[in-house]
Amino acid sequence: MSTRRGSRLPLLLIAPSVVVLVAALGYPVAWQVRTSFQHFGLRQQFGQPPDWVGLDNYRALLRDPQLWTVVVRSIAFCIVCAFATVAIGGAIAVLMKRVAAVPRVILQVALLLAWAMPVVAAMTVWVWIVDWRRGILNWLLVKVGIDGAAGHNWLAEPASFFAVAAVIVVWMSVPFVALSVYAGLTQVPQEVLEAAELDGASGLQRLRFVVMPLIAPVLSIVLLLQIIWDLRVFTQIKLLQDAGGVVNETNLLGTYIYQLGTGRGDFGTASAVSIFMLVLTVVLSWYYVRSLMKEES
Amino acid sequence: MTGPSATRRRPRPASVALGALAIVLALVWAFPVYWMLNSAFLPNVVLQSTSPTFLPFGGSLDNLRHVVTDDHFTSALLISLAVTLLTVVAALFIAFLGALAVSRFRFRGRKSFVLALLLIQMLPAEGLFIAQYKMMSTVGMLNSVVGLTVLYTAAVVPFTVWMLRGFVAGVPVDLEEAAMVDGLSRTQAFLRITFPLLAPGLVASAVYVFLQAWNEFTIALVIMTDEQSRTLPLWLRGFIQASASRETDWGQVMAASTLVAVPVIVFFLIVQGRMSSGLVGGAVKG
Repeated sequence: MSTRRGSRLPLLLIAPSVVVLVAALGYPVAWQVRTSFQHFGLRQQFGQPPDWVGLDNYRALLRDPQLWTVVVRSIAFCIVCAFATVAIGGAIAVLMKRVAAVPRVILQVALLLAWAMPVVAAMTVWVWIVDWRRGILNWLLVKVGIDGAAGHNWLAEPASFFAVAAVIVVWMSVPFVALSVYAGLTQVPQEVLEAAELDGASGLQRLRFVVMPLIAPVLSIVLLLQIIWDLRVFTQIKLLQDAGGVVNETNLLGTYIYQLGTGRGDFGTASAVSIFMLVLTVVLSWYYVRSLMKEES
Repeated sequence: MTGPSATRRRPRPASVALGALAIVLALVWAFPVYWMLNSAFLPNVVLQSTSPTFLPFGGSLDNLRHVVTDDHFTSALLISLAVTLLTVVAALFIAFLGALAVSRFRFRGRKSFVLALLLIQMLPAEGLFIAQYKMMSTVGMLNSVVGLTVLYTAAVVPFTVWMLRGFVAGVPVDLEEAAMVDGLSRTQAFLRITFPLLAPGLVASAVYVFLQAWNEFTIALVIMTDEQSRTLPLWLRGFIQASASRETDWGQVMAASTLVAVPVIVFFLIVQGRMSSGLVGGAVKG
């Protein structure tokens, strides 16, 4: 059954997937590529045919300092969050391996709770926590002696806005990393560790020379996924902006595209930025997809 | 990396300290969830006082009751339920056929199909939503449950095919063939033998799709522009926007979040084990 060649049946079976993917994703990608070569502004919204402008949108983007600020900011935010997430998640995984069953299960349940929270629900809680009037963060800071925190609005300045956003993104992403790395750690054979201990390796040396090489593949995949996901971070930034953050100084790629397209109606430029983002993601994903395909064949 | 056996050999104060650290980290990660539940039961007067209240003693169900009886909540709930259920049905049906093709047949284009699925799965919605918005407005499907369902289905189909593929491959073809030797037709053999064995895989995939569609924010924000066609996440966003300009009744906001989050958390915790074993099952080569 599995080796019949030339049959039409498998093609019929994948037809619905192909149709829905082409309709909902393929067509938009094609539209986006085309529009990125056109001037598509408010006039076109009212039915004027778009003008072909060749590479003008891309050329304008390359010269646009605002875009470069957004790109650099997005990459910096993504790198900081991804590395912090993997470092903290990895450390928590090692900790779970070392502690007794009771604290381990408590920690696992806490991580699962945070992981299961719907993003928007989590965001409302975080906005309430950092609220400048009655938020518990400012109360706590005043309690530990930082009087300047009273009534401080964390979302009003870009630096503290991104600090809050990074804490939230890391809080949301650590559970996946910690539990994946922990699953990887439980695969490390106990005998190898005991042999290393008998040979006089200290705890840190065992971690560095025995455990790390064995879980390196898990760590690198998790880091890669985290970089891809953090590059496209949108919901957290959008909702913090909604909660009173300054918009122009806090845009990352996703919110910038949103603002260009739905806010200013400049679909040509928005498409060019979107294409840039898609290409960046595909390049980054390639290594991950290739490793999955290797398992496949 | 010493296991429990080593600890028994020589009790160390270090492991007590590490245990304490684990508990502290657990508190940090669980705090927002606890804070949401706590605030959901407290009246606004208590939440507006200068020092926080850490336990909901003297609290009530008033906030929750207020939210449940809100018309906007009911309409958002209905839209979310409709989109989510339609997406689950459509995505499972489409992905199941695709998974059958990929795991039971060798055909030309199979490898490119799988490669395309994996790559598409990584595409960010943020890189596509402007075009999806234009497309939906051209065909008059902005604010349409069906339109949103189509976009959601396309978004989840790649991973769902990938997940189901492992489950389908896990059911030996021999079983089906034995049933056919015993006189069942191919369709009967499939329906009576293979399909029941696939039930856990279908359940796990359904839960995955459910969680994705129920929690989705970005595409809904772009497509569902009318206030009347808000999904639950968009309705929650309304509270966040309102908090920027005026004093907010945080008790009610947290009650609203609780209503959206608790079913998801319970669902997630119940199926988490089954889902991860499903994902491990999905790692079996197809």
